[in-house]
Amino acid sequence: MNFSTQIAQAVVICFAAMFTGNILLTTFLGMCSFLACSREVKTAVGLGAAVVFVMTCTTILNWVMYWLVLVPLHIEFYRYILFIIVIAAFVQFIEMVIERYSPPLYYTLGIFLPLITVNCAILGAALFMVIRKYTFIETIGYGFGSGVGWMLAIVSMAGIRQKMAVNRIPKGLQGPGITLIIAGLMALGFIGFTGVLQGQ
Amino acid sequence: MSPPAKKLTYTNVTLEAIWYNNPIFRQILGICSTLAVTNLVLNTIVMCVALIVVTGLTSLTVSSLRNLTPRNIRMMVETLIMAFYVIIVDIALRAYWPEMSSNLGPFVGLIITNCILMGRSEAFAIVNRPLISMVDGVASGIGYSMVLLVIATAREIFGMGTFLGVPVPFFSGPYWDRWVIMVMPPGAFFMLAVAIWIFRSISTDTEEKSS
Repeated sequence: MNFSTQIAQAVVICFAAMFTGNILLTTFLGMCSFLACSREVKTAVGLGAAVVFVMTCTTILNWVMYWLVLVPLHIEFYRYILFIIVIAAFVQFIEMVIERYSPPLYYTLGIFLPLITVNCAILGAALFMVIRKYTFIETIGYGFGSGVGWMLAIVSMAGIRQKMAVNRIPKGLQGPGITLIIAGLMALGFIGFTGVLQGQ
Repeated sequence: MSPPAKKLTYTNVTLEAIWYNNPIFRQILGICSTLAVTNLVLNTIVMCVALIVVTGLTSLTVSSLRNLTPRNIRMMVETLIMAFYVIIVDIALRAYWPEMSSNLGPFVGLIITNCILMGRSEAFAIVNRPLISMVDGVASGIGYSMVLLVIATAREIFGMGTFLGVPVPFFSGPYWDRWVIMVMPPGAFFMLAVAIWIFRSISTDTEEKSS
């Protein structure tokens, strides 16, 4: 496969990961932080941006580690431990770098970074990337697309919840209940994108 | 977690984990890694068994090592213990039931980041004796599995008219228009929301948790 077809393939994968295969709305990954941090748009944007950044970087790192270290050594089953350690170490490292060089950014983004270590979406993206056997360029597209898709979902959810804060909702449905129903409607909307992308 | 501190007997711990403090209804924890496989009952059962095994053994191990684990790296140690058991489950599944392993795809591995595991280790196992921690872990897993099985049963019957792959009389017949939406991802969101709604309306003390 030549370079330009690979790029085209990566772009398709990127858009698919954002819309039709949205990691939050079709595979339910990252639900915990999605439910807990979608009350305000500002928080959601901060967390979303952090997820986009960490997801793109860690999927690429994990691709390199998996195909260049684990596969040649035939110890693929260690991938869970490897991925977890890579993600945790990367997040820790970034936290220190941001704290040192950009305190303002640290105060807006910093508090979200530790949360991301336990975000299943990050590990999920790494595992999907291995199972679907993406090439390096496709992996870049996939990691970035999944991150943006996750951010899109949490930011729109936060917007809806802010608007809805004053509405009267049945007692048992308040909080997580209504959030899940809205998420379901959103997932329904995202299914509408199916068919926009050919070749999926 | 619950307001009055009860005595730590096996019965109390079990009841607490399965009903009063059910991980899904009360704390909305750990739905991430398992909700995706609830479109078929069989997949859900296998996933839940895997989860119960991992939660029980992780709690046991974390609790046995609690006096040896340095306080500031305990999260790392707990994560490694979980990863260890998940790898065992994953390899066992791949060896003895390859089709199921490929059906579940990455979700077995995602048990590692299931919040219930970390939650039970941090909240219970790290400060209690091994045996009772294991009971707590297993009971939490069962409480969680019950809810998921209800969701999976509803989704499979409404969506495909079958239960464990066997056609159900009315729902597989010509009078039932299958709800395709139930098999698709939004169905899981709706079912879970309905389940939470029913539970919270029934349970008398609906004090709102922070989430």
